[in-house]
Amino acid sequence: MSRSDVLVDADWVQAHLDDPKVVIVEVDEDTAAYDKNHIRNAVRIDWKKDLQDPVRRDFVDQAGFEALLSAKGIANDDTVVLYGGNNNWFASYAFWYFKLYGHQDVRLLDGGRKKWELDSRDLVDGAEVPNRPATEYRAQAQNTALRAFRDDVVNAIGAKNLVDVRSPDEFSGRLLAPAHLPQEQSQRPGHVPTARNIPWSKNANDDGTFKSDEELRALYAAEGVDLSKETIAYCRIGERSALTWFVLHQLLGQENVKNYDGSWTEYGSLVGVPIELGAN
Amino acid sequence: MCGAKAGGPDLAGVDVANETIIQGSVTRDGEPVNGYVRLLDASGEFTAEVPTSATGQFRFFAAEGQWTVRALVPGATVDRKVVASKGALTEVPIAV
Repeated sequence: MSRSDVLVDADWVQAHLDDPKVVIVEVDEDTAAYDKNHIRNAVRIDWKKDLQDPVRRDFVDQAGFEALLSAKGIANDDTVVLYGGNNNWFASYAFWYFKLYGHQDVRLLDGGRKKWELDSRDLVDGAEVPNRPATEYRAQAQNTALRAFRDDVVNAIGAKNLVDVRSPDEFSGRLLAPAHLPQEQSQRPGHVPTARNIPWSKNANDDGTFKSDEELRALYAAEGVDLSKETIAYCRIGERSALTWFVLHQLLGQENVKNYDGSWTEYGSLVGVPIELGAN
Repeated sequence: MCGAKAGGPDLAGVDVANETIIQGSVTRDGEPVNGYVRLLDASGEFTAEVPTSATGQFRFFAAEGQWTVRALVPGATVDRKVVASKGALTEVPIAV
């Protein structure tokens, strides 16, 4: 696997806007962003409505994912290109989710919506929605080799790499959420003991594109992460750590990396687990 | 759109007394600019980023202390250093 298999630039997307076997999918934290405007022929996946179980805190199951992709007109052999706002946070989350259910060819638009906008590329009105005929998508069983659960994290303390990708202030316990959100959570602040704080933003340039493989390898080496060991990445709800998972697993080719989607909103609410405060 | 609005977004429903708010607007020749605003902490590390609203406005819920607000718009990047405190609005008008 190489970088070009999982990451495409804006020119590539521009050249494939009318390719019927390429499905461009917008996934945003702000799920209404697509309604304002979007890349022509892009479909929307709503990370809250489409990707979460409506009752329990968990993902939609295999049948639910099949129904979703079928309705969106995505076939098993389509190339799916994901993009979104927030430097691709939720597009990365969707990428990881697509891989969890075994989609073969899924890629990220490097820099996401921001890079596209900063390049002043065309976006179409939100009402202009492509008409993709429904498919009969078949998903695979969830590949839990990519997903960490709370006990995996507790057992990883002092034993595996734990990478906390939140901002330094969230890591130290000074903030409970990213600073563009109200600070209203009730769980305990802090981080998992022995976790290294390597904010997701260190993986990206200001315009949202990923740094080079060499820069990324140097980053994790300088932070003392031994990539030969198993690694679990986490953040607050698992979307920023999906971006770090993408970097480590997809760009740098590290097989033994999991994303902990329960992340701090779960861990910081568990009774009796160890928590550490303070900076790295 | 009918021009920029001064100051940050509407505060209805925001618990101003208990939040540390940094907000403002990004304009070019008095007109709102669509782009992004990122918040960097005292060490220059990324903390948050938001797209500007249709009227060029942005808001962050931060903690007390020194921050850098960086506007990223097509063709320009502009930094503003601010000091935020709880219960007080820190208004940051940015002209690019």
